[in-house]
Amino acid sequence: MTEPAKSLDKVAMTPRPPAVRPKSAVGPIIFLVLLAIAIVLPFMVKGFVVFQLTQTMVYAMAILGLNLLTGINGQFSLGHSAFYAIGAYTAAILIEQAGMNYALTLPVAGVICFVAGFLFGLPALRLEGIYLALATFALASATPQILKLSPLEHFTGGVQGIVVTKPDAPFGLPLSGDQWLYFFTLAVGVVLYILARNLVNSRAGRALLAIRDNPIAARSMGINSSLYKASAFGLSALYTGIAGALGAIIVAFVAPDSFTLTLSIGLLVGLVIGGVGWLPGALFGGAFLLFVPNIAESVSKGLSGAVYGLLLILVIYVMPSGAAGFLQAIVGRFKK
Amino acid sequence: MTEVDARGASAPLLEVRDVAVRFDGIIALDGVSFDIKRGQILGLIGPNGAGKTTLFNCLSRLYTPTTGDVLFEGASILPRPAHEMAALGIGRTFQNVSLFSRLTVRDNVLIGGHAHTTSNFLSDSLRTPSSRATERELEETAADLIHYLELDEVADRPVAGLPFGWQKRVELARALAAKPKLLLLDEPAAGLNHDEVHELGRLIKQIRDDRHVTVLLVEHHMGLVMSISENVVALNFGKKIAEGTPDIVRKDPELIRAYLGGDAA
Ligand SMILES: Nc1ncnc2c1ncn2[C@@H]1O[C@H](COP(=O)(O)OP(=O)(O)OP(=O)(O)O)[C@@H](O)[C@H]1O
Ligand SMILES: [Mg+2]
Repeated sequence: MTEPAKSLDKVAMTPRPPAVRPKSAVGPIIFLVLLAIAIVLPFMVKGFVVFQLTQTMVYAMAILGLNLLTGINGQFSLGHSAFYAIGAYTAAILIEQAGMNYALTLPVAGVICFVAGFLFGLPALRLEGIYLALATFALASATPQILKLSPLEHFTGGVQGIVVTKPDAPFGLPLSGDQWLYFFTLAVGVVLYILARNLVNSRAGRALLAIRDNPIAARSMGINSSLYKASAFGLSALYTGIAGALGAIIVAFVAPDSFTLTLSIGLLVGLVIGGVGWLPGALFGGAFLLFVPNIAESVSKGLSGAVYGLLLILVIYVMPSGAAGFLQAIVGRFKK
Repeated sequence: MTEVDARGASAPLLEVRDVAVRFDGIIALDGVSFDIKRGQILGLIGPNGAGKTTLFNCLSRLYTPTTGDVLFEGASILPRPAHEMAALGIGRTFQNVSLFSRLTVRDNVLIGGHAHTTSNFLSDSLRTPSSRATERELEETAADLIHYLELDEVADRPVAGLPFGWQKRVELARALAAKPKLLLLDEPAAGLNHDEVHELGRLIKQIRDDRHVTVLLVEHHMGLVMSISENVVALNFGKKIAEGTPDIVRKDPELIRAYLGGDAA
């Protein structure tokens, strides 16, 4: 080892800490416990609940994608319904018109959305904050209308949308269709989550965090911020696009009006509920996105929007920094 | 091994050639020229608003000079973007610390090593062997520097909550993580007490000696500049008004006038 010489009084009085941090085992243990629960869950609940849980995971993946852009890289987006839509339509068209295996449509949807996100991210480099919000808003507004355009009708099915054949469990597994799609989605979700976590804990991911916290210092540290920001848009779109493709497969239907600005805002709400910048928060956000509107509807059909708003305000009041801050506070209290 | 450009080791590391910077209406720099030799500590002094930070921003390519040129190891840096300066070997700290405030001390220093390592989204997501090797290298460099600058006890805390003096040390560690050939320090002594300034002076010299770094030091603390610099350049209203060894510059009548007979004497 060639170690830089130190002046005498600087030479370690304290023992030198190990070069590489010891990794805490708490995270992986929690992860495995949750995974075990997730594996038994679909055998404990009814078919429709299984579908709802699957939908929750799909939303969580879309929110995870948004988190990589907004929470990790500090770029705002109201346009993620567009990437979700591109992923969903890619899957639907490939399955129904090209006869492709549903599982293979996911990587295709991911690549297409990465390219779309990257290309959108390039001009967006010139936009900050509120202006980026407006540009992405335009993207979200245009998407359902583009999907309805008559020249594209041959592929998109126009206003009618596309009915997607729901796959059965393969290899004669003794699972219902809903259960199989649950496990399929769970597997994809776990892989995407681990990849995202790996990224955020290494050099390229830290570059994204650096740009978020201090763009000028980031450049001075040698980070090509244009390339990283556009790539973050691409990666974020990839995640949300894969979620969209899975959404199309589990719902077995795509139509333009499922992918409006409301979906974008829903994802943003989910992001805030889960905790901006905290990756596991996506699961809380996904659950909120799916279940809270249902709860609101069951409280009052006519005023469901108002009840939803009230619940949202209540949740944000109780946990102002999302599930992330809430759990942190609880853990902090236990440690005392 | 430090690379030496074709003209040999005695050629200047950095040549500032007639650099002028105009912001609409204000002339922040007005035809400034000087050289820095390899291994030197060069003090850059001048009253508030003299253009010192503006010059730093030109050297790190955050600003583009209106006229003039900057040569590093014999080649102009002006055709290159700001994010290539770190890999080229120009590192810096900022006058009002400019850290990644929500990240820990360690993460800040890890990011400092960005320029001389490679990885991408795919390799890092998949934790490929090359990505792992990069991480190990970055972690080792960071642990070394954290120890070197006595930041061990706060290594895994977010920098936002640290006292100013500590944050300045984090910035120094971050800058060193890029293994710079030229280190630009913008008022590193600001906010330090007498003993700390003394300690900082020794640290800067030690960094120069141990790590073969050439230092350009902007500082208002005359005691510090005059005690550790081999050469001093003085600016006033964007113009160079004096240059030479500390002994010569401190007696320069124009400099004394610029400081109104203040602490330059
Ligand atoms: N981005 C900018 N836009 C307009 N004017 C600027 C900009 N940056 C610097 N200036 C002006 O240029 C002049 C030189 O400023 P600079 O920050 O370089 O001075 P300095 O020598 O670093 O001073 P100090 O010792 O106070 O840090 C000042 O008049 C300042 O207001
Ligand atoms: Mg300054």
